Amino acid sequence: MPRYAALIYSEEPSSPPSDAEWGQVMADYTEFGEKGEAAKVILGGEALHDTSTATTVHVEGGKGGEIMTTDGPFAETKEALGGFYLLEAADLDDAIKWASQIPGAWHGHVEVRPIMEFDQE
Amino acid sequence: MKLADTLRIEGGRILATLIRYTGDFHLAEDALQEATVVALERWSDDDLPPNPAAWLMTTARNKALDRLRREAKRSSKEDEAMRLLDETPPPPDDRDDRLRLLFTCCHPAIAPASQIALALRTICGLSTDEIARVFLVKTPTMAQRISRTKTKIADAHIAYRVPDDHELPERLVPVLVTVYAVFTAGHHAPSGRFDARVDLAEEGVRLARLLTELMPDEPECWGLLALTLATHARSGARLDESGHMVLLADQDRNDWDHQAIGEAAQIVERQQRRRRPGPFQLQAAIASLHGLAPSYEHTDWREITGLYRALEAMQPTVVVRVNRAVAEAELHGPEAALALLEHVDSDWHYVWVARSDFERRLGRRAEARRSLHRALSADMNDSDRALLEHRLAQLG
Repeated sequence: MPRYAALIYSEEPSSPPSDAEWGQVMADYTEFGEKGEAAKVILGGEALHDTSTATTVHVEGGKGGEIMTTDGPFAETKEALGGFYLLEAADLDDAIKWASQIPGAWHGHVEVRPIMEFDQE
Repeated sequence: MKLADTLRIEGGRILATLIRYTGDFHLAEDALQEATVVALERWSDDDLPPNPAAWLMTTARNKALDRLRREAKRSSKEDEAMRLLDETPPPPDDRDDRLRLLFTCCHPAIAPASQIALALRTICGLSTDEIARVFLVKTPTMAQRISRTKTKIADAHIAYRVPDDHELPERLVPVLVTVYAVFTAGHHAPSGRFDARVDLAEEGVRLARLLTELMPDEPECWGLLALTLATHARSGARLDESGHMVLLADQDRNDWDHQAIGEAAQIVERQQRRRRPGPFQLQAAIASLHGLAPSYEHTDWREITGLYRALEAMQPTVVVRVNRAVAEAELHGPEAALALLEHVDSDWHYVWVARSDFERRLGRRAEARRSLHRALSADMNDSDRALLEHRLAQLG
């Protein structure tokens, strides 16, 4: 079965959420996680700290060159990558069906990307 | 039938089955192409096998297997090759495979322009060059777009299937648009003689009919079927003895397929009672009014103009505007029609053909000539070009 990365993009809140709001978000994600694991669709996934903690690395001049680091995410956009799931689904339609149940898709966007499968000798 | 035609038509019929069989657009196309090369070497115009489709199917399947076997030695594709080896060659399951291919090409995860381009390539076998003309882009751009789309279908595992019933309504619009594009490419070929690909027009009608069987409660499916029927019904009268195009006003209406027009008119009437109008139903109503008119002069221009206005409210495109202007010219005269096109700036040659006609009727010959020159600067099929050059000569 093909595997997909579901990359969750949403606006980062300017102030910390209230306990009630945070509780709701956690409950929604827990519900999705339990459902996805029961269906053996979720193979893994993590939430990320917000983009103010990100460091972007680039090696100038290619392999062995100078390591350049920048404070912040690679692309400064309104909606930032906040977490991801690794999903196993029957096909793209199935993956989209699951992605639409990720709470991040209700307010932000979820990008579904097929995982490149390498031949294993 | 000529060898080249047989290969093109039969090849198109089996490609959808080959894709189902191999699960891979690229592989299926390559295998079919290799089989076609073998056929060209072995067959001739008067020496065709009794069942060309079956011959091509078997040969192409073997070509696909050869390639999979070769690749299996190098990679994990062995399973795939073994699976195909076990299966007996699938009979060309025309109806279902065509629909599968159509819905796969029109998957919402594919950009609309790419959906139509891929359908024209795979379902119709149009060349990349011809498709580039349809979209007014350069051939390498189109080649890249089509290739990228096939790669996305394979890598993202877009399923090769007809959607479930509850998914059908939301998958409908791009499918209808694509089938109409198939029909149009056949009714009015993008290159060569305008009737060079009449088989595609027939394919368009056939696909539209399949869609009404799949979704009998969708009025727009019926609208598309009626539109293609009523339009295709006039194709027998579009050519004169020397192979030149005859315009609607000058066509011998005895050469029209009045049975098809009758069926279209009946469909339009039945769907109107559902009161769920849509662009295809409106265009079908227009086409069947043309079909039912005893002569060009006695056409119900008032009704047709009203329908075009309703269509333009739903679909404010240049194509609709030009067609509406042509109808308005018959009802309100060329001056009013010309005013409708005044601010339309488009490279589509019909804009300028229509303008030129209105200008000529208003006695403005210099402007009419200028508009025709502008029209002739566009890409078009040979028949259109011959007609426009003839008109230009008449303007003196």
